[in-house]
Amino acid sequence: MEWLDHLSLGLSVALSLQNLGYCFLGCLLGTLIGVLPGIGPVPTIAMLLPITYVLPPEAGLIMLAGIYYGAQYGGSTTAILVALPGETSSVVSVLDGYQMARAGRAGAALAIAALGSFFAGCVATVLLAAFAPPLAQVAFKFGPAEYFSLMVLGLLAAVVMASGSLVKAVAMTILGLALGMIGTDVNSGMPRFDLGFLKLQDGLDFAVVAMGIFGLAEIMANLEQRERRVQVTDKVGPLYPSRREFRESWPASVRGTFLGSILGILPGGGAVLSSFASYTLEKKMARDPGRFGRGHPAGLAGPESANNAAAQTSFIPLLTLGIPGNAVTALMLGAMIIHDVQPGPRVMSAHPDVFWGLVVSMWVGNLMLVVLNLPLIGVWVRLLKLPYRVLFPAILVFCSIGVYSLDNSLFDVWMLAFFGAAGYLWTRLGCESAPLLLGLVLGQMMEENFRRALLLSRGDFTTFLTRPVSLSLLIVAAGLLLLIAVPVIRRKRDEAFVEE
Amino acid sequence: MRLKIRNRPDFWAGVLFVCAGLAFGLGAQAYPIGRAGHMGAGYFPALLGLCLALLGLLLGWQACRAAAAPASIRRPDWRVAGIVLGSVCLFAIALPALGILPSVFVLVFVGSMAGHDFDWRVASLVGLGMMAFVWLVFIQGLGLVFPAGLLG
Repeated sequence: MEWLDHLSLGLSVALSLQNLGYCFLGCLLGTLIGVLPGIGPVPTIAMLLPITYVLPPEAGLIMLAGIYYGAQYGGSTTAILVALPGETSSVVSVLDGYQMARAGRAGAALAIAALGSFFAGCVATVLLAAFAPPLAQVAFKFGPAEYFSLMVLGLLAAVVMASGSLVKAVAMTILGLALGMIGTDVNSGMPRFDLGFLKLQDGLDFAVVAMGIFGLAEIMANLEQRERRVQVTDKVGPLYPSRREFRESWPASVRGTFLGSILGILPGGGAVLSSFASYTLEKKMARDPGRFGRGHPAGLAGPESANNAAAQTSFIPLLTLGIPGNAVTALMLGAMIIHDVQPGPRVMSAHPDVFWGLVVSMWVGNLMLVVLNLPLIGVWVRLLKLPYRVLFPAILVFCSIGVYSLDNSLFDVWMLAFFGAAGYLWTRLGCESAPLLLGLVLGQMMEENFRRALLLSRGDFTTFLTRPVSLSLLIVAAGLLLLIAVPVIRRKRDEAFVEE
Repeated sequence: MRLKIRNRPDFWAGVLFVCAGLAFGLGAQAYPIGRAGHMGAGYFPALLGLCLALLGLLLGWQACRAAAAPASIRRPDWRVAGIVLGSVCLFAIALPALGILPSVFVLVFVGSMAGHDFDWRVASLVGLGMMAFVWLVFIQGLGLVFPAGLLG
């Protein structure tokens, strides 16, 4: 049993005292920012990237991953208690979770969410361990043409799943790819688009861009809205779900887990989409759909399990193909590159300790989160009362210092302000930031594979269409585009995102 | 035929993409383009610039069609944006001159003014708290090095 060896290697890495500590720290931070509205996992991971420079790669990645899935737990806590989703992925949990809390079942709702998430985390970890190696084997057979087509598919799928205008999202992706061209050309050693700045010859740092377009731009967007007074439910009630609540929620958890696991693997899917999909599924399957929105446990258990499963399986394409599916995994890809772990199918063989350590740490982290979250609910509730006027200056400090310490360069601080302004501007124009970040991270890789594919084919563009794997990837990509262009489906998609 | 912009966000996003596309596309002309089988440094960026400009045109055209849904741009809050971005720029100026801890205070204090419930006492307290945090975690804990500044 080869995978048993892998899991034991993973256990030995993940259970080392140091990594347990960083996993704990990541989960704690993740829960914290999940609870706090107005700051999400993307800017947090970007802010903490510079700090992980001093850590060994596995410790750094374990901590950053912990932030991501920790945020899923934290976000649901606030969704249930105060109808204020800390993260977009827990928006659906408000519907039935908050109603349960109002009926005096807050404790049970929190327990259902936590246990459902934990179950999903366990299953997703096993899936990750089982599916990553064969997928990496497939990826080994990929040439540059296949890789290029895979990236086209990945970027397009991410765009199709995103809300809003398709054309704008594609354009933002290409803008990101173009921004990725800034810096020294790997092949000729020629600096490109450096505008005379020596610093730009190293390329744009994606952490700076991410902090600008997610961190600063979000602060500005939040400050425009008046601060909402938070009504905190003080009575949490017993933590144990009743027999009936348990019976109604576990099948939903199981379905949510599998739905989330599948959607998480798809690029662009991730946690948000899967929680919505799971809610819809539960409502369709229920015998009494009228109870949904009025505190049905299944309406909470399904989406909570789904978003956690998806948060974890979204690491599969990152770890096996080196293709990130959403903004968080894009940042993780950057973190791996910083630590000299080249993302892609070779991670598993070249850095088995990092790979399996990360996988097992996700399971350990999920266990920690259950243990951490249920008893500490009182603390999280109190944190909710932290006013934004205390929180946002702190975020400003973390962003500015984080950016500066990346390279001890003031230029990066100016770039932070620049991308903050740019991010603010384009969200005003209805353009999303996440596709740009994906493009920025993939830009150089995409150019390199495009170049090599055409070098091998001596400039024959049909190489992308004559190689069967590449062709099928492109057909799927074209199919996605067609699908979205069909008016009926397009309307459905718009409807699905309206609820968001 | 007079051009009527019906969807303003889409139209101006289109303008933005056309400008960015032209900047990258024309900028790439400064580098060797090469040919498909043997690409130079300018080939891929030029291609991206072209795609971007075309998508921008498409977007702009769609925004002017009769079928386009009319939409206007929500007015930016210049005060909030100016103060938030200004405080970060101020930090970049203050850091080499004043050193890290005073700069953190300046960043927090000035940044706080962007909030609609600004109170100089709260802002000062948060500023002092962040100074302590930065000193403890970033300087003592993580050993990051910052410019000493004129005040040491």
